[in-house]
Amino acid sequence: MPKTARAGEIIFIKTKLKHPMETGWRENLNGEKVPRNRINKFVCSFNGLEVFRADLHSGVSADPYLMFPVLVTESGLFRFIWFEDGGGQYETRTEITLI
Amino acid sequence: MTRFALDTVQLNRRQVVAGGGGAAIALALFGLGPEPALASPTTAKKMLAELTGGATLNKGRVHVSLPKLTDKGPFTRITVAVDSPMKADDYVKAVHIVSERNTVPEVASFYFTPMNGKAEVTTRIRLRKTQIIVAVAEMSDGAAYIGKGRTKVSKGGGGCG
Repeated sequence: MPKTARAGEIIFIKTKLKHPMETGWRENLNGEKVPRNRINKFVCSFNGLEVFRADLHSGVSADPYLMFPVLVTESGLFRFIWFEDGGGQYETRTEITLI
Repeated sequence: MTRFALDTVQLNRRQVVAGGGGAAIALALFGLGPEPALASPTTAKKMLAELTGGATLNKGRVHVSLPKLTDKGPFTRITVAVDSPMKADDYVKAVHIVSERNTVPEVASFYFTPMNGKAEVTTRIRLRKTQIIVAVAEMSDGAAYIGKGRTKVSKGGGGCG
């Protein structure tokens, strides 16, 4: 995503998380089922307000990639959180300033 | 991985042939027993009704862009765009993507706010085989719109979605 934006501009945020998104149906070399391990939820918030949320299922590719627009009206902090099956979560933050 | 799985199946089949069970052969050959039930247009429709709460699906306003042909089914780029002003009183609440021929129909749901400025999302999805992908947009006033896209997955290019 860009570091700066003009007020009222729509920017596109691209996110990608390295994750296998195991469906739970695949078998490994020993013929055992690989346990399910997916990212099931993604949340993007700006200055504490939720902007965009996604529920992901097995139909989403490994390394889930998302691109979505955000209307920027003020400088602030974007916070991105990915929730994993089994309670794990990954988080990253990025700042944007108005010019 | 595939070769090992095939070996296992053949071993099973021999054992079953020795036992002489016709139906069991079919089961062992196609692995129907442990596999989850596959999605169909009917289950896709049911899933959509569940997601939208049974709203009437109107045509138009939803644009699904998918490649016409892909050889990488597990990584198919999809863009769903919805015509909407995205103002506080009229915006797109949610976009649901549903598959008609994957293992399970649900793919992803996206929830928008007026702060998006535009209702558009791009992601990559898994396609098991050639099929129609359905996208439904829920508006803030309760109306629902439906859009479809089709991708042909070339032979051997399917993913296990």
